[in-house]
Amino acid sequence: MKSLKHLADKPWERKGIIGGLKPEGAFDSAAEKVALGFFLIIATIVFSLFTVSYFIRMELPDWRPLTEPGQLWLNTGVLLLSSVAFQLARNKVGRGESRNVFALFLAGGLLALGFIVGQLLVWGDLQDSGVYLTPNPAASFYYLLTGIHAVHLLGGLGVWGNTSLKLASGSEPKDLRLSIELCTLYWHFLLVVWLVMFAILSNT
Amino acid sequence: MAYVPLADQELELHHPHSWVTKYVWSQDHKVIAIQYGGTAIAVGLVALVLSLLMRMQLGFPETFDLIDPNSYYQSVTMHGMIMVIYLLTALFLGGFGNYLIPLMCGARDMVFPFMNMLSYWVYLVSVIILLASFFVGGGPTGAGWTLYPPQTSMAGTPGHDMGIVLMLLSLAVFIVAFTMGGLNYVVTVLQYRCRGLTMMRLPLAVWGIFVATVLGLFAFPALLVAAIMMLFDTLLGTSFFMPAVIESGTALDYDGGSPILFQHLFWFFGHPEVYIVALPAFGLVSDVLSTHARKNIFGYRMMVWAIIAIGLLSFIVWAHHMYVSGMHPYFGFFFATTTLIIAVPTALKVYNWVLTLWEGDIRMNAPMYFAIGFIFTFIHGGLTGLFLGNVVIDLPLSDTYFVVAHFHMVMGVSPILVLFAALYHWFPKMSGRMYHEGMAKLHFWCTFLGTYAIYLPMHYLGIHGVPRRYYALGTTEFMVPATQDANTAITIAALFVGISQLLFFINVFWSLRNGEKADPNPWGANTLEWQTPDTPPIHGNWGDKLPTVYRWAYDYSVPGAHEDFIPQNTPESVEPTVDEEHFDPDQDQSKADL
Repeated sequence: MKSLKHLADKPWERKGIIGGLKPEGAFDSAAEKVALGFFLIIATIVFSLFTVSYFIRMELPDWRPLTEPGQLWLNTGVLLLSSVAFQLARNKVGRGESRNVFALFLAGGLLALGFIVGQLLVWGDLQDSGVYLTPNPAASFYYLLTGIHAVHLLGGLGVWGNTSLKLASGSEPKDLRLSIELCTLYWHFLLVVWLVMFAILSNT
Repeated sequence: MAYVPLADQELELHHPHSWVTKYVWSQDHKVIAIQYGGTAIAVGLVALVLSLLMRMQLGFPETFDLIDPNSYYQSVTMHGMIMVIYLLTALFLGGFGNYLIPLMCGARDMVFPFMNMLSYWVYLVSVIILLASFFVGGGPTGAGWTLYPPQTSMAGTPGHDMGIVLMLLSLAVFIVAFTMGGLNYVVTVLQYRCRGLTMMRLPLAVWGIFVATVLGLFAFPALLVAAIMMLFDTLLGTSFFMPAVIESGTALDYDGGSPILFQHLFWFFGHPEVYIVALPAFGLVSDVLSTHARKNIFGYRMMVWAIIAIGLLSFIVWAHHMYVSGMHPYFGFFFATTTLIIAVPTALKVYNWVLTLWEGDIRMNAPMYFAIGFIFTFIHGGLTGLFLGNVVIDLPLSDTYFVVAHFHMVMGVSPILVLFAALYHWFPKMSGRMYHEGMAKLHFWCTFLGTYAIYLPMHYLGIHGVPRRYYALGTTEFMVPATQDANTAITIAALFVGISQLLFFINVFWSLRNGEKADPNPWGANTLEWQTPDTPPIHGNWGDKLPTVYRWAYDYSVPGAHEDFIPQNTPESVEPTVDEEHFDPDQDQSKADL
């Protein structure tokens, strides 16, 4: 990051235009991408703090380990496929192709919806087997963490829906390249978050 | 797609067509700034009134029947929360951040104007939710602004049912609003600077606001996480924070939660929050001091590094708020050490402000009064921080008026003085009119001397062991009889300061109508916002052409220059340079002596 290098500048010594005729930008990427970068850091902090709380709470005596249903492996696979579909769409649009971009992009979002439905089914199964939000803190954390993760996915699906509508109404994929790229990045991020969550939730 | 720097891209400004889109649903950063500022000040007045109610109770117990013990606790809580978050954070970042960042960066607006507008309206919703808690059954929460469980949700605490829920909801909504605004401020500073404006040529005001916003973006999540889990505990009966607890003889359904976990989360946000308020103040005051001292800021690079260092350190000191929570002594040792280390960059900044004044051609305008006043109150509050940062000294002083005096001095009075300095300093640009100088100076003396009369005696009360958060002190052996006299005097001073703030509002409203028309650059300042073609700047800020920056923001009193300031957008060639061969330093010195 070139801004870090600049921290040693002595601005009182140099006059004139620094950096040629270009305006100043710390990163050579679109503003939306920089903003998403910051948002991902914020989301990482949110999930990390939940994780830390989880581990601290786990040490206390009323904690009773939870057996996670096997269906979570299936859900994980669906979310993985969702990420793959987004990546394929992104690759195509990156090469300037427009064939199948919409289909892949649409599939990515629908698979993510499938993941959320799958998560809800697991919630239902847990309820059926008598695992409620209270009193076991392990269950509280299970519902809380999966819920927060799903909320993040839903936020992403909002952007996905907006972009899909534009694609459906005939916009050229290359004009929506940035949106597709950012969705892909966000989906990969949420996949990684889910894998970490899955690991720590299983490890009670 | 080749990368095109933002300032080179055609910006589609949202052009307002009606009064409503121009002043209500506005996407212009300057209008949003004023909306943020107005809302923050309005809700701040509510908090001011609450503090006066508390002071009436403490100064004249059993004389006025204004508040009962429950509403005293509610006032304490709401006063603290409103002042720290809904006034100071919102006014510094939402208000000044919005107004100054695009102007000082030579941009036409924020990067995401729509999101910026949304940020204000969501903030307004959070304020409405907060104020709504005054009108629900049980009233607002009285748990103290730290909202420590388990007492927040226990029947003994006022507002334990609806009040706390609305408070947590309001905080969560505020954090959403702040995140939308904050992403804007950060990305605008990083990506939207005009030609020639490197990061190290930014005015310190932008540096302060920028780093504070990054702190906010990274610290508020801790509060959000804590608020979500506490909402679960309160509404859904989980036991994240709530331990097994007995309430009036009945065991509640909670079991095994960790109140200390909440304290860690809260202060992991809470300490950076202090610097979210302080860093913009540091930045703004640096620019005010330098401009009115007609001298470059002393040690610009060190000032920038100090801001960054303070920002980083602020994340590893949080548990110094928890020395009495029963932590491991080594923990206390660690946090005391990091806390005291923060004093180094902070002291460095204070030295640099004083050295900026040294031999300056000081113009004693109202903003300068407030800025110099800030140096006093900040040194004062900073020094008492050194006492409280040490575990052994903190233990006896904890929860006494010494703490109240310390944090009001360092993050109440000091940032407020900077806010007034900044409001008077930028008022001519924002309104196109000059304020009334005499009234502003009177406002300064009332506020400055008055706040000293409030907080100086509180230190002594604290050393005597007078506890904070008490509705009535009663008669206790260890408290000297003069305690009540001091409390009465403090209350009189507080009423005086509270009422004297009217001077500010009278000044603003009078000046908006009758003030002298302001020169575009009345202070002879270098930064870009004073170089706009229109005053106040119109939507889009810069007319046809964006400015180009050729120098840093602090070329004041450059030897040999025609004027004692050279704006940032003055090209090198225009600057009348001194012919070095004929430059006689002695002669120049004699000129300076005159």
